[in-house]
Amino acid sequence: MVRRKVVPGVSLLLAVAVIGLLAYGLSAHSASRTLDEDIHNGLHPLAPARMLPVLDGSGNSSLAAYLGRVVLLNFWASWCAPCQAEAPLLERAQHVLAAHSGTVLGVTYQDATPDSRSFARQFGLTYPQLRDVGGHLAQAYGTIALPESFLVDRSGHLRAISRGEVSTAFLANAEALAASP
Amino acid sequence: VRRAGALLSALIVLAALCAPAAALAQAPRASLPDIERQVMCTVCGVPLDLADSPEAQREKALIAGLIARGEDATQIKRVLVAQYGTAVLALPPSHGVNLAVYIVPAAVVAAVAAALAVALPRWRRGGGSRALAPTAPALSAQDAARLDEDLQRFE
Repeated sequence: MVRRKVVPGVSLLLAVAVIGLLAYGLSAHSASRTLDEDIHNGLHPLAPARMLPVLDGSGNSSLAAYLGRVVLLNFWASWCAPCQAEAPLLERAQHVLAAHSGTVLGVTYQDATPDSRSFARQFGLTYPQLRDVGGHLAQAYGTIALPESFLVDRSGHLRAISRGEVSTAFLANAEALAASP
Repeated sequence: VRRAGALLSALIVLAALCAPAAALAQAPRASLPDIERQVMCTVCGVPLDLADSPEAQREKALIAGLIARGEDATQIKRVLVAQYGTAVLALPPSHGVNLAVYIVPAAVVAAVAAALAVALPRWRRGGGSRALAPTAPALSAQDAARLDEDLQRFE
């Protein structure tokens, strides 16, 4: 009698556990579009921040360190062709943003350190760069393709999202936000 | 006794000389195809040996450079994890949630074995034994007597 109840019970428990694991795996590896929906609905969610190693090896830093400044957060990798195309535009934007205490903040993702450093040298990038080893920050932003850029205001809230190569309109938006009081 | 002692000493010296060579022979020599099968192209989500994307080419070049420096498979995988995170490993590390990768298949096999252990005896006692029961009609008294006679003749 007891066995008749225990066997189906254990089987059900195992089935639920396996389904739970599959659901966890799917949710952990799929990109979230919550930030996009919030921006689309006129909301300004808090920009995810995470302590990451600095690309030049000079310690760790985070988006939180730039609170009070407009930040154009840019995910990139050296092997990504659109990242190469937009690098000069971002460097030019950096000069404009820096004049208003803002900055571009590069985050390399799925890229080896020597390749990223070589890329930064090749394009003469002067803005700060972080390494997102493991891609946890990129995942928090729902990043699945490169490049992707996020405009963060002085209070650390997201203002705009660009999935793909940045447009001149997106950069103008960032420069206008930095220039605003 | 002295000769045996000298022989023993010579053997010990010989073993000591051979030990490093044997250890070197046992160290796994890293090869690009081997490593490519054990790691992932982090962008494509497939094993590196099946990937040909720009990111995969960079990863392969990095591995080739490490092999050229004489690093073994473990050292190369350590460098790759430092560069790309644990997602670069085809088999995830056996701790945290990843432990499920190793535990779940074993648990499923154990559960199936337990279910069979419970169900098989019941099946043999019940429907299973009935299904295998002989279905031929019983012998008539005359045939049974003839069968007994035949059997006695062969004894």
